[in-house]
Amino acid sequence: MEFIYQTWPWYISGFIIGLIMLILIYFGKSFGMSSNLRTLCSIAGAGKKVAFFDFDWKSQRWNLAVVAGAMLGGFVATHYLSDASNVSINPKTIEQLQAMNIDAPNGKLMPDALFSNAVFESPKVILILIIGGILIGFGSRYAGGCTSGHAISGLSNLQIPSLKAVIGFFIGGLIIAHFILPLIL
Amino acid sequence: MKLVKFIMVGFVFGIVLTKSEAVSWYRIYEMFQFQSFHMYGIIMVAVVTGIIGIQIIKKYNLKDYSGSPIHIADKDPSTARYVLGGLIFGLGWALVGSCPGPIFILIGAGFATVILVLLGALLGTFLYGVLKDKLPH
Repeated sequence: MEFIYQTWPWYISGFIIGLIMLILIYFGKSFGMSSNLRTLCSIAGAGKKVAFFDFDWKSQRWNLAVVAGAMLGGFVATHYLSDASNVSINPKTIEQLQAMNIDAPNGKLMPDALFSNAVFESPKVILILIIGGILIGFGSRYAGGCTSGHAISGLSNLQIPSLKAVIGFFIGGLIIAHFILPLIL
Repeated sequence: MKLVKFIMVGFVFGIVLTKSEAVSWYRIYEMFQFQSFHMYGIIMVAVVTGIIGIQIIKKYNLKDYSGSPIHIADKDPSTARYVLGGLIFGLGWALVGSCPGPIFILIGAGFATVILVLLGALLGTFLYGVLKDKLPH
């Protein structure tokens, strides 16, 4: 049972993620996480002002149930299934991060420098997290999907539009990871 | 309750994404630095599993759990919205190291600061809704 606590290998994790997408198809739905953001805007009343949010959000309750389950899964996995050996990333990556004053994982999922509660007192990091969120929300809706909707669901159905979106994801990601993060961190 | 099965699917999704560390900021950074195969392996195996599954569904005209034929809608053909939207999404993905699924999973895991990312994402989604008709699609 020890393997449950260790980092799950990519071939097992990828396989289960593929199955999750297929199970949602079997349930008559489709796998896509970012559409929940639109649903939440609609629940908050955005449909009164903007037509894009004026839809029957109750038809999306199933996806909110997936989100609720995912949050619970995240809680259980971090609190009951983790181990100090987790997140053993490439030593070269750790060295690079140190040069940018980002702490090493040592079993943590997230660097304290960007995600500990001390961040609430750092205007710079607050701004990074909010701007990052805005780009994620805007970009995923503009592209019509995110990693789950395009990279997993779309590519699995051999959709060229999804391939274009995934190429966009990586161009954007590489620009930030190679040119912007070293400047701002 | 019809929703229970979706909560179960989400639960497994949350556990897998956490235990594979696909929710980890470090793993996303490492991926964009090409310093590990881990994330690429996850995405590739998920897609290959999906392709095989969907081909089987199409070949045998499988039905969903309610007995209706499975129909998977094609994405609308276009380039601008996918490349531009994708690019903008990618900027955010690498900046905070999480995409929409992990945002929710990390908040569930107790990372309060990720709520800031969620608030940003809701604002970004809202802004798209406002600007939608002025953007090239």
